[in-house]
Amino acid sequence: MTREEEKHLAVEACKVRMGVIEGTHGAKAGHPGGSLSAADLFAYLYHKELRVDPANPKWENRDRFVLSKGHTAPGLYAALANRGFFPVEDLPTLRHNGSYLQGHPNMNTVPGVDMSTGSLGQGISCAVGMAKAAKYLHQDEVRVYALLGDGEMAEGEVWEACLFAAHYQLDNFCAIVDLNGLQIDGATREVMNTDPVDAKLAAFGFDTITVDGHDFAQLEQGFARFHQNTGRPTAILMRTTKGKGVSFMEHQAGWHGKAPNDAEYEAAMGELRARMAELEGAQ
Amino acid sequence: MSEVKQIATRDSYGNGLLELGRDHLDVVVLDADLSAATKTGVFRKAYPQRHFNCGIAEGNMVAAAAGMAAMGLVPFASTFAMFAAGRAFEQIRNSIGYPNLNVKIGATHGGISVGEDGASHQCCEDFALMRSIPGITVLCPSDDVEARAAVRAAYEHQGPVYLRFGRLAVPVFHDAQRFRFQIGRGEQLTQGSDVAILATGLEVQEALVAAEELKNEGISARVINLATIKPLDEDIIVTAARECGAVVTCEEHSILGGLGEAVAGLLGEKCPTRMRRVGVGDVFGHSGSAWELLEQFGLRHNAIAAAARELVHSK
Repeated sequence: MTREEEKHLAVEACKVRMGVIEGTHGAKAGHPGGSLSAADLFAYLYHKELRVDPANPKWENRDRFVLSKGHTAPGLYAALANRGFFPVEDLPTLRHNGSYLQGHPNMNTVPGVDMSTGSLGQGISCAVGMAKAAKYLHQDEVRVYALLGDGEMAEGEVWEACLFAAHYQLDNFCAIVDLNGLQIDGATREVMNTDPVDAKLAAFGFDTITVDGHDFAQLEQGFARFHQNTGRPTAILMRTTKGKGVSFMEHQAGWHGKAPNDAEYEAAMGELRARMAELEGAQ
Repeated sequence: MSEVKQIATRDSYGNGLLELGRDHLDVVVLDADLSAATKTGVFRKAYPQRHFNCGIAEGNMVAAAAGMAAMGLVPFASTFAMFAAGRAFEQIRNSIGYPNLNVKIGATHGGISVGEDGASHQCCEDFALMRSIPGITVLCPSDDVEARAAVRAAYEHQGPVYLRFGRLAVPVFHDAQRFRFQIGRGEQLTQGSDVAILATGLEVQEALVAAEELKNEGISARVINLATIKPLDEDIIVTAARECGAVVTCEEHSILGGLGEAVAGLLGEKCPTRMRRVGVGDVFGHSGSAWELLEQFGLRHNAIAAAARELVHSK
């Protein structure tokens, strides 16, 4: 990956983070923590990985992305808006009565959303169904991606879907797990330990690769592995920091589902603007 | 007179899928290790590439079907009613109902006539569960002819459909040549003005027998087949209530939340009418042969006739 490309992705990730703060502040609710931990991934997906067309969001031959951890919709919406699926100015209407930006992703109201999600565990099932359908329809270029949370791995349905993916040799399917280590009630390790996720997924028939979810070069390696895989599904396990990019939200379970107030909004946006200036100034 | 053919509507489901599969490549069938019982095995044999066994994992099967529908396929997700409407309720609500995806749920082994398996498998709650989800069409055909037509109608309908089929072989009373099925349309089977008997599933045949018994006593019963539980055919129900002044509903389902309450809700608002609900009471079933259980739980023609008689005599 060139430095130029890396910088471009960093700028886009910063825009996603700003969108998350704008959205959750405007909504006075929502889930910034897990949106920020996955912000770099969202930027990578929508600016490097996914074959999508904002002018034709329902393009039949597009790649599909399912946000199985649907509560991090603010991050997905910010990425979609910045990619041109809908106006960035709409992000603060998140969760407002009458807004198309529903609290959890709605495939029928939000351009670019491929599946309605929000109830944990179901998104990955929908995604493996899509991958199986793509195989059946001989849509060989279509790849299907699902993003899950580490807390979500406690849902039994996740493992049903994993069995299905391996059984049907869905090498067009990639599960991405955001290992930020925190969920609503505290540390995932204390609430319900899902570790070791990599060994479990490997035992379920996935080719697994663990990467730093805030390092674009490593994300690139993960997806390169996915592209090469034949005969089995891929799992990219991202080690991340919950709340990444906003100092006072980092490593805090309390920011899982809480919106910034006006002062916190200003502080967060100040940090992100400084980060943006730093990126734009860098050669 | 030749003997009446007896066919379980789950067989009709398998055969209906087979007929559909012949004409439509977008039809795919999912099952959860019950292909022999749900009769989707018939489809699998003919079209092995279009039948996906999902193993004993109904929640995943139903949500995977949603993903397939999002890709343009028309999946029929198949298992017992208990595990479709029951176990996978939330997947049906959130991954199929809410996004309004074009998935058909083929739920066999509905009702008490599952028999020997006992209460754990006798699903008498599926109408209640399914009709509470916005936008889902709920069908419960009465015999082989209607069941096969319902499969085709479900395919032609754009949007989620829940179809309930039975395990027990039941008489085929529709004429395959003349029968036309339309979602949302009730079917009046007998003329009558003393009492209206609104039935669904295998109860339709029982209602017809009850009407014969009542006729001998000088009571004319209007039997209406309501194969569509949702959306209800409001016109045929309100007209029957107005013209007969007494309504009996019959279903192989709990009297809580099913056809009886749907009709009561409608008539309470549009045409308050004295009613009796024939159905399974607020109790679980138990093991036994199907016909024995139908008798024991008050679902046979004699119970229907008694309910109708009581209503008419207290007019």
